[in-house]
This record gives sequence, C-alpha cells and structure tokens, in this order.
Amino acid sequence: MSALSKDETTSETTKNTPFLRISRLTKKFGDFVALNDVSLDVNEGEFVCFLGPSGCGKTTFLRAIAGLDIQTSGTVEQANVDISALPPSERDFGIVFQSYALFPNLTVEKNVSFGLENQKIPRSDIKKRVDELLELVGLPEQETKFPSQLSGGQQQRIALARAIATSPGLLLLDEPLSALDAKVRAYLRHEIKTLQRRLGVTTIMVTHDQEEALTMADRIVVMNQGAIDQIGTPTEIYREPKTLFVADFIGAMNQVKGRVVSSSSVSLGSLELKCRDHELPVGQEAVIAIRPEDIVPHKKIENSSPQSGNSFNVKVEEMEFLGSFWRVQLSDELLEGAHLIVDLSINIVLQMNIDAGNQISIDLPPDRLWVFNPASEE
Amino acid sequence: MASFNTSKNLPPAPKIHPKSSRDDRMMAGAIFVIGLYLVIALALPLYTMLSKSFTTAVFNLQNYEFQVNKGDGWSEPVSGYQINESLSLLKPDELITSSDGRLAATTFFPDFNFRSKTEYRLRQLDENGSFLVGTQRIADTEWHTYPANKFRRIVLRPSQSSGIDNYITYFSTPALFRSIQNSLFISILTTLITVGLAFGFAYALTRSRMPFKGGFRLAAMVPILVPSLLPGIALVYLFGNQGMIKEVLFGEPIYGPIGIVIGSVFFTFPHALIIITTALAISDARLYEAAVSLRASPWKTFWTVTIPGARYGLISASFVVFNLVITDFGLPKVIGGQYNMLAVDIYKQVIGQQNFEMGAVVSVVLLIPALSAFTIDRYVQKKQVAQISSRSVPYEPKSNRKFDMICFFYCALVAVFIVGLIIICQYAALIKLWPYNLNLSLANYNFDVMDGGGWSSYYNSIKLALLTALTGTLVVFFGAYMVEKTNGFLFTRSAFQFLAMMPMAIPGMVLGLAYIFFFNHPDNPLGTIYGTMVILVVCTVTHFYTVSHLTAVTALKQMDREFEAVASSLKQPFYKLFAKVTVPVCMPSILDISIYLFVNAMTTVSAVIFLYSPDTALASIAVMNMDDAGDIAPAAAMGMMIFYTNVIARLIHLFVTRKLMKSTQAWRTRQR
Ligand SMILES: Nc1ncnc2c1ncn2[C@@H]1O[C@H](COP(=O)(O)OP(=O)(O)OP(=O)(O)O)[C@@H](O)[C@H]1O
Ligand SMILES: [Mg+2]
Repeated sequence: MSALSKDETTSETTKNTPFLRISRLTKKFGDFVALNDVSLDVNEGEFVCFLGPSGCGKTTFLRAIAGLDIQTSGTVEQANVDISALPPSERDFGIVFQSYALFPNLTVEKNVSFGLENQKIPRSDIKKRVDELLELVGLPEQETKFPSQLSGGQQQRIALARAIATSPGLLLLDEPLSALDAKVRAYLRHEIKTLQRRLGVTTIMVTHDQEEALTMADRIVVMNQGAIDQIGTPTEIYREPKTLFVADFIGAMNQVKGRVVSSSSVSLGSLELKCRDHELPVGQEAVIAIRPEDIVPHKKIENSSPQSGNSFNVKVEEMEFLGSFWRVQLSDELLEGAHLIVDLSINIVLQMNIDAGNQISIDLPPDRLWVFNPASEE
Repeated sequence: MASFNTSKNLPPAPKIHPKSSRDDRMMAGAIFVIGLYLVIALALPLYTMLSKSFTTAVFNLQNYEFQVNKGDGWSEPVSGYQINESLSLLKPDELITSSDGRLAATTFFPDFNFRSKTEYRLRQLDENGSFLVGTQRIADTEWHTYPANKFRRIVLRPSQSSGIDNYITYFSTPALFRSIQNSLFISILTTLITVGLAFGFAYALTRSRMPFKGGFRLAAMVPILVPSLLPGIALVYLFGNQGMIKEVLFGEPIYGPIGIVIGSVFFTFPHALIIITTALAISDARLYEAAVSLRASPWKTFWTVTIPGARYGLISASFVVFNLVITDFGLPKVIGGQYNMLAVDIYKQVIGQQNFEMGAVVSVVLLIPALSAFTIDRYVQKKQVAQISSRSVPYEPKSNRKFDMICFFYCALVAVFIVGLIIICQYAALIKLWPYNLNLSLANYNFDVMDGGGWSSYYNSIKLALLTALTGTLVVFFGAYMVEKTNGFLFTRSAFQFLAMMPMAIPGMVLGLAYIFFFNHPDNPLGTIYGTMVILVVCTVTHFYTVSHLTAVTALKQMDREFEAVASSLKQPFYKLFAKVTVPVCMPSILDISIYLFVNAMTTVSAVIFLYSPDTALASIAVMNMDDAGDIAPAAAMGMMIFYTNVIARLIHLFVTRKLMKSTQAWRTRQR
C-alpha cells in the first residue's frame, strides 16, 4: 500500500500550508525497504500517531523526520523550509525515546537544562525555565534528584520536560509510554495530551498500542510493512477502515469468508447480504467484516423464511461475560461453519433472554458490513 | 489498493544526500587522526617488516669489475666473480647478507697492501648497484681509479631482490626451524597444565564455600604484576646449578623445557583463571536445579552441566594461554638455556647476528600460530557472549564440608606455588651472596654499579608506565567512543575496529622489530622518535591496545544508544555530551584501562627490547640484562621493585575507584 493520493490528503488539511510536509519518503537498509514511498502532511498544533505492528517502519519514519537516519529519497519540509538533508542539530525538534535516554549522572535539573546551556541565556533565566518546566510536567521540587531515584513515569516526564525545554516547533515521541505499567500509562496518556494542547506544539508519536493512538491522536497514520495504509481521525480509522489490515489491526472485527455477488452485495454461506459498495470483481472470494458491536440482535424471526434482507436466525453457541458486556458467539447452518461474535449489553441479554443454545435473529446493517480483498493482506 | 498506487507510477523521488553537521565533520576528523595513529604505529611497521622478510640481499660479484696497475699498465678487466672462483675466497652462503651488508673490495686481492704504489680501477655494472668509498656512495657504471691507500676504504654493497629466499634459508637451517616444534610443544604443554590447574581453582572459587576465597583470588593475580621472566629467576634459585632443592629434579637441568613450562604456568595462570571463573560464574543455577531434580549424580552433573556451560571459557582460556606462551620472550631467555624458541630466535637473529631479514622471517613464522589462536579465540568469545541470557540466575554453592576442604587445600597448594616463587625472589634479592654468604643486605639494590641501566632504568619505567597510562587511556577511550557512537563512515569504522583488534595477535617481539624497520629507516621523517621515550610509549600503547579498546567498548555499549541523538536534538555538540556524561559514567572503566596499561608498561620486555636506548633503559629490561650478565640477585631485586610498584599502583587504583563509586553511588545504583 502506498501513499495517499493528493485529493484525499487535501480534504483533511486546512487551507493554509501544512506545518510538516513529507512527500514520497523511502528508506532502504541495503536491499531492504523499510519505508516505501510514504507521504504525509501534518498541520500546526496537530497530534499525529504512527500506529502499526512491530517492524512496520514507525521508528524508521520518525527518525527520518528527525534527521537521525536520513531517508534514501523523498523530502521533508518543516515550516516551509526543505530540511530533507539537514543533520538533526540544524532542525527544530525535541525528542523522547522509549528508553528516555536521561543522562544518569546529571540531576533532574541538569538534564532538563542540558539544551538551554551554551545559548547565551542567563543562569537565573535557565533556573526559572527549569522550574517552570518541572511544574508543567507535574514534578516540582525534584531538581536535585538523579534519574535512578525516580519512578519510570517520573523519568518519562523529565524526558518530556527536557525535550520541550527549548520550545521546539515539533515534538517527536517514540513509544514514550511502552515501558510503563498499565495504570501509569493511562494517566500519562492524558497528561501528555493535555500538555500538548496547552503548548500547541505539533507532535508525532509512535505507538503500537491502538488504544493509545485512539485516545490521544487528532489523526492516526496506520502503517503496514513500510507503507501507510490509512490516514484519518480516530473515528474514521475505526469506523471506516480502508483495508482489511486496518480493520483487523484496530478494534475487534468479525471476519468471515464470502464471495462477491455484486458491487453492493456478497454471499455468506447460503445467505446473500447487502453490504457497502466496493470495487471487487463479481465472483471473487472476499472477506466479509463487521464489528461485534455493529451487529443488531432481534427476537427470532418466526416465519417460514429464516432470512429477510440482512436479518437472519442464528444459534447462540457460547457466552462470555466480560464485566460491562457479554461477548456472544453465534453460528448456524446458514453460515456454513463460520462464526460471528457479537457484543451485547447486559440489559439486552436480560431483556431478550439470550442464553447458550437459544436461537435469536441478528441484523447486519449494510453500511457496517465491509467486503475486503483477502489478497490485500500480506 | 489500486487507488493508492498512483505514486508507484511516478518516477522515483530524487536521492537525498545528507548534509554533514559540524559534529559529523569533527568526529570524522577525530576518527581519521586516531585511525592514522594506528596505521602509523601498527599497520605500516608490520607491512615494512613483512616486506623485509621477503627481501634478500646478496653480493652479486658479477656486477663488479676490477683492473690493477702495478706500474706496468692496466691489467685486463676481471669480474669479482672470476677472482672469487679462481682464488676460492668466499663460499656462496657467505655472499648472502642483510640489506646493511658491506664487503671490502680488498677481499679480492689477498696480497693487498695499502702502502704499495699499486692502483686499482673498479666499476659496477648494475643500474641499482653501488659501492661506497668511505661514506661516499658511487652508483654510476663508470670506471673509477683509486690509489691503494684509498682502495682499502672501498666496500661493496649487496643488491636487493625480493623473493622467498629467506624462507628457503630458514627452512633449510635445522637450528632455526626446530624452534617451531619447540615453541609449539612448550605452548601446548603449558596450555594443558595451566588450563587444568586454573579450572580446578576457578571451580573451587565458584562452586565451593571454602574459606579465604578473597585471599586465594588475590594470590592468583600476583603473576600479572611481575615481568614474565621473574619466575625464571626464582626457578634458578630453587633448581639451578646451586639451587636450594635442585635434587628434586634428579639431575635434570632446570634450564630448558622444564623451567620454561613451570615459569609459563606461573605467569599465564591468572589470565586463564579470569576467563574460566567468568565462564563458570555465568552458568545458570536453574540448570543445576534441574539436574538435582532429575537425581543426576554429581559426576554426571559435572559432565553434562558444568563442562558444557564452561566450554567456551575453557577454549578461550586455552588459546589465550597458548598465545601468551608462544609469544613470550623474557622467560625462555632467562631459563631456556640452549632450548631454542621462536621469540628468542628473533632476538638472537636481530641482536646477536644483526640479521634483520632473518629476524623478520622468524617473526612471520611466529605470527602464524599467534594469529590463528587469536582468530579462533575471537570466534569462540562471540559465541560465549550469545550464551549469556539476561534471565539466567547465578548459582549459589551449598556448603559441603569434605568438598570445601578439598577445594581449600588445592587452592592453598596453588597459592603457595605462586606466592612462594615471589617470596624466593625477594629472599634472593636480600641475600649477600648465594649460597656462600646468607647474610641479609641491601647491596643488591645498588643497581647503579651493575650493568643494566641502574636506578635510572627504574625511574624510566615509571615514567613510561605513567605516560603510557595517560596517553594510552586518552587515545583508546576516545577512539572507542568514535567507533561506537558515530553514524556513517562505515568503512573507516570497520577498518578501525580491525586495526584495534590486531595488536592482541601481534607478538611483542614482532611489533618491536617492525618498529626498527619502520622508524629506523633513514627516509622516515618520524625517525626522530627512534631511541627516545616517545617510541617506547607509542609501542607500549599499541602493544596493549586491544584489551584496553575492548574494555572501553564494553563500557560504551552500556550507555544508552540515544544520548547522541538527544544531544543533537538539543543542539549541543558531541564533545559536551562526551565530557559531561560519557566520561563520568565510564570513569570506572577508564580507571581500569589506565591501571592495565600502567602495570603492563612496567612489566613488558618483548616489545621494547629492540627499542630502548642507553638513555631510556627500563627496569624490566634491566632485570634481563643483569641476569644475562650473571647478576642474578640484583635482577631479582629489580624484579621485586617492579612488583612493589605495581602493588602500590593497584592499591591507588583501588582507593580511587572506591572513592569514586562512593561519591557517585547516588546515580550508579540501577533502578529499573
Ligand atoms: N539500521 C537498520 N538496519 C537494517 N534494518 C533496519 C535498521 N533499522 C530498522 N531496520 C528494519 O526496518 C524495519 C522497520 O524497523 P522500525 O524500527 O522502523 O520498526 P518499528 O515499526 O519501529 O517497530 P517496533 O514497534 O518494533 O519498534 C524492521 O524490519 C527492521 O528490522
Ligand atoms: Mg520502534
């Protein structure tokens, strides 16, 4: 999958030129293509997440933007200046690594002020700025401690303070939260997002955690094997996945094998279902996908035909209680061995008296039913 | 899919040529400078030596023609070859010489008398040939006429050609090539004994709960602090012609293989011990627990868990010991007697016979086993590193009275052997005249009345050790930083890595000889350092480069890889990061490197033996020279001075390191 075509990017961009404009970036390590012709525009003040599985090239992309490992070809423009070939020291960014890379022998204060020295800033101003930054990241009065005396989450925030100390135009974060435990992570997610809003600094964060991306990003860039599969807001990515990969990677998704009947319908087992418009050729094998929460349950259809439109009867096979909802597994002869998962609220389950072995009817809304080319995976 | 593919059909985007930053350029410059150092101090000398070994110098008598005028007109021209044949003056092998060879023209006129009125004419026919009149070089092909009084000052110069003639000579001289066999025999035997002994010692240290572990460890490290020839002196006192307990050998002389092997075991023991202890210490306790739960017998556990776990350590130790022994010069020189070994042959060829080319040939021969051992060892060590998993659990030995006692007595025995030899040296140094006058005195410390350089050689050694520690640490650490932390310059960096690893494989004798060839060449502008302290420092730093480099690299590898990236994103120059973070964090390793260089500079003999001048005589060499001159007690005394100096240096190192660790403890304790 390669970069998005022009019209799609512009539709998401405001009229004025983007703050960061990346076009046709390719990075090769020897013969291995780690980034394949990717393009991306980022607006000023935006929070963008690179999301994708391990090894898909997220870090490579970020490091190319930073100039730490400059791309083989393609250009990067920041604030209307072509910075493609510039070394990191001549660019304008702050960066936080997964390891934080805090200097172990320097105190918190010295770590944070590292970038402020040699800049002809008076000593007292540096001190003031450090205090201000520590206040900002919620760690006042920790100046004299060493990194090893802080918890992981605190270290992370010091690394952040150090990165924004020089007020860079661009903040780059490479998996900044992945070394922390779940609770701290959830808290810091919020903290970082708030801070970013307050400073209005354009931010790119790399993550392989979809929840992190969905909760923090203004826009998500989903990457797959060195290419961008989709760019969009969290809801777009979740609700309108463009490829099976995106659909599969983000959120839960029922995936069953079917066959294309027309440009807006597909066969599943012995059923024929209406679906979203697609461009797959008639007769081709396809993957039919629907999110568990998009399946609508009904009382069993009590007439001769077990199917009407996209509604049909199924058997409840298994039920799993997940606290706030039930995960219900469905199957039927009509589906010919395929299973569907549906998430149902506790109320619905009570109201409809759903239990393992029962029959219910479900409706698959056509506009929530995708058809993907199975070959596009891999 | 198809809809996103638009750009695939476009021509490829233009290639980006990254612009280098000021840091990049400075680092490139620094790599270049340090790389240049290694090229000059290592690659070029070795290359010169190698080419020397293929250079043959022969007096080509066909090239010279003579005419004589005894007052009755000039005789017919006749070649040196014809004269030599008809008068049977020189045999063919007497015509083979070194590049410095000189042959008096008068050799061909047995009735020559410089007072006679006879005149001589001479010309040489070779474009590249020459002869000397005093110091004046004649290289043309004209006839030159000289009166007898001047003719006597004429010497012929050999013509040089390259080829394997030197090697042919070497391998057709049994006295020379037998050394190969001797060297291999001694090295393999010593390796077996040392590795066996060291394994037992290491096993006792890591697997038992015997008392005095710390003391044993300390005793085992003693040999590192003395020159390798010192045990030789102790052995002479014990088993020599007037030895204290020479009866133990049943009339066998200590001079020869027996002495070399015992002494070699002594000085290689700590090296083997360090490697094997490490290998045993990293073995995983979980494997032992598994063996216990499977009810495996201790014997079976030993062979199925312990030995396989330590096998890389054992192999590595074997090659290190082998290499140390085969390249050692001091010990066989002192106690080898008539038993020839390769390293001593180099010395004999160069110093004794002034045959530099043959010295180079022996050097190349010695390089082959040394290089092979080194290569295999590197390969094995890579494997061992891969074997350590971060999740392994260190083994905690359980107390077992009988086993602990056996271990204790074994270690005590080894410790007595090591410390005993040192004590004997000290005793020898304090006795007036063994075995006739056993009164104690300090007379043997009056080095200034002995041959060997006197006290000034001791001060020179300290100067050399300090300078080596200082400059060596600087060069090595900075060089290691450059290769570890720069991006790009892939070729330069790998070339540098290679050069940095090489010294370990180069025997000291070979390096020293290579320095003669390279720095003593009249056309080399760097020749000015020849005979000064500078060349000794350069040579010693280079000789001990590899271990220091590896220590530095290990320390640097433990630093976060992104420090440089962070600094550059904050627009801070790399040298600020280097000074404020890298150096302080790596300080313990930096101190380790400097003490390593100091101790080795104090004890080294082999590399510097060819390079010292009367002004820069060294203590370790004084030990050898005094021993050579028969002043064995003063030699022992000087050897002990080296020992005590190294002990003090180590104590200072220990003190400084402790203090440093204490003051930086706040941030050194690892948390995550
Ligand atoms: N210096 C390098 N030399 C060769 N290959 C590299 C190099 N750096 C990265 N790669 C390869 O490029 C691909 C992308 O790597 P990258 O680090 O960008 O992945 P990532 O998406 O950040 O993964 P992760 O989530 O594991 O951090 C991987 O297959 C990796 O092996
Ligand atoms: Mg990554």
